[in-house]
Amino acid sequence: MTITDSPPSGEAPPGPRGRVVRRRASGDTERGFSRIFRWIATGAGALILAVLAAVALFLIARGWPAITATPAELADSVPRYPDDTSLVAYVGPLVFGTLLAAVLALLLATPVGMGIALFISHYAPRRLAQGLGYLVDLLAAIPSVIYGLWGFLVLAPVLKPVWFWLGENASWFPLFAGKVSATGKSIATVAVVLAVMVLPIITAVSREVFLQTPKLHEEAALALGATRWEMVRTAVLPFGRSGVISAAMLGLGRALGETMAVLMILSPGFTYSLHLLEAGNHQTIAAYIANDFPEASGLAVNTLIATGLALFVITLAVNMLARWIVARRKEFSGAN
Amino acid sequence: MSKRIDAKDVNIYYGDFRAVESVSMTIEPRSVTAFIGPSGCGKTTFLRTLNRMHEVVPGAHVEGKVELEGVDLYGPDVDPVAVRRTIGMVFQRPNPFPTMSIRDNVLAGVKLNNRRISKSDADELVESSLRGANLWSEVKDRLDKPGSGLSGGQQQRLCIARTIAVRPEVVLMDEPCSALDPISTLAIEDLIQELKKDYTIVIVTHNMQQAARVSDRTAFFNIAGTGKPGKLIEMDDTATIFSSPREKDTEDYVSGRFG
Repeated sequence: MTITDSPPSGEAPPGPRGRVVRRRASGDTERGFSRIFRWIATGAGALILAVLAAVALFLIARGWPAITATPAELADSVPRYPDDTSLVAYVGPLVFGTLLAAVLALLLATPVGMGIALFISHYAPRRLAQGLGYLVDLLAAIPSVIYGLWGFLVLAPVLKPVWFWLGENASWFPLFAGKVSATGKSIATVAVVLAVMVLPIITAVSREVFLQTPKLHEEAALALGATRWEMVRTAVLPFGRSGVISAAMLGLGRALGETMAVLMILSPGFTYSLHLLEAGNHQTIAAYIANDFPEASGLAVNTLIATGLALFVITLAVNMLARWIVARRKEFSGAN
Repeated sequence: MSKRIDAKDVNIYYGDFRAVESVSMTIEPRSVTAFIGPSGCGKTTFLRTLNRMHEVVPGAHVEGKVELEGVDLYGPDVDPVAVRRTIGMVFQRPNPFPTMSIRDNVLAGVKLNNRRISKSDADELVESSLRGANLWSEVKDRLDKPGSGLSGGQQQRLCIARTIAVRPEVVLMDEPCSALDPISTLAIEDLIQELKKDYTIVIVTHNMQQAARVSDRTAFFNIAGTGKPGKLIEMDDTATIFSSPREKDTEDYVSGRFG
């Protein structure tokens, strides 16, 4: 298929009544509403950049006093600040806790979300698929406070025997070593609750991508003698790969920033522990800020904002990484 | 490597709607059989029942028998997946897997069918299949590049290579040239002439000159009107269909009076 070339731009074609129509400098011919619409769209695009810049500026400006303060000054004004600790060493465990909870949640949620999405898009009878898709979307509408309550009152007691069983039988595995929390208020429980919270977004995006698999490619696989699963593997999953990565990153973004549920469930601590079943080891940045902000003043507020800056940078880095992964194999993506 | 197909009183339905009515025909091995007829006459639908691709559409089902060397493809213990491995299909629009290289595209079916294949066997199969599809000399230096980077005609030949790589008995082609330019069409038509030495070929085409050029036997399908089922009007040697058909409808169609 060829696309008709536009007329050579050197000579403008004569307009009505023999008048020569002048081309605009930009080469387009828009006027009236078309032009206004372009301004609106450009403005909306610029607004996003402006908001992002404003947030970044706020974080840097208000976090700066904490970043430049000496450990002694910080220890004086920030509650529970250990002596002789730099800000980086203080924020480090928070960053670790945040990433740990979010990555664990993602590891749990991505396979399940993909499974649900595949079931809805390629296995379920049509009527069941519609209902199920609707239900999954509904999960996304539950406020995170409710998830926090549910995780604290229902899920933690339910998971406790599971964690105890793992602690007894699988403690050789480093992640399950240590003293299992008697209350279940560990990072493992938090990860499960976060996984449930990010499940809808991962499922919804994956489902949309899987549904867009060209019929042509599915039939190509089937005509070669593929079973349904082989068809999914050869045609659907490769096509949806970048979409699933985007879905996972959206989920990761939500898990990184989740505040209420973590705050309500996790019993906090500031260590680099990998013992997921122990309580009092971890804290996430968002929950830390929400917890300490009401009573903070002076340099303590700047410290909180500096940790917020760390979260901002992490989220930005995660998204750029995702973009890079998606773009890496572009020529095989099916977009051309 | 080539088998006969006998269709006996085949009726094809989409839900309650009967799309094709009572088709019986014999398709000879090592020959090219062309299906012609106006749009909506059921020729593609009938083609897709020959390898059970028809039932991929929800609600579609078939009555009657389609026998491959006497074995009913719609028998109770026949696995449609096995049928499709024996009877390959080339589609209207070239559809190489976009995420795979040219080499992986050729091997896609083989990897499904028997999983493990040594590197040297794979290399040999890739070369022989691409040679079989008249594509080898054009792509031999870029086997690791994506198949979607080829031209439309090359992509279609890649799809043919992928189909013959699993060594089917029959190759079905659903308007394989309708998305291609005349040069690529010619390349595919030449290829069909070579493929018929080894395979039973069935081709659906809108292009009557193409049917006349490539096929040994021609079947003419027609419908009485919209909403009516398609029927097989006449099937004969291609030369007879185009010179002295028995039915008036066939003569009107091949002489360009309608359709």
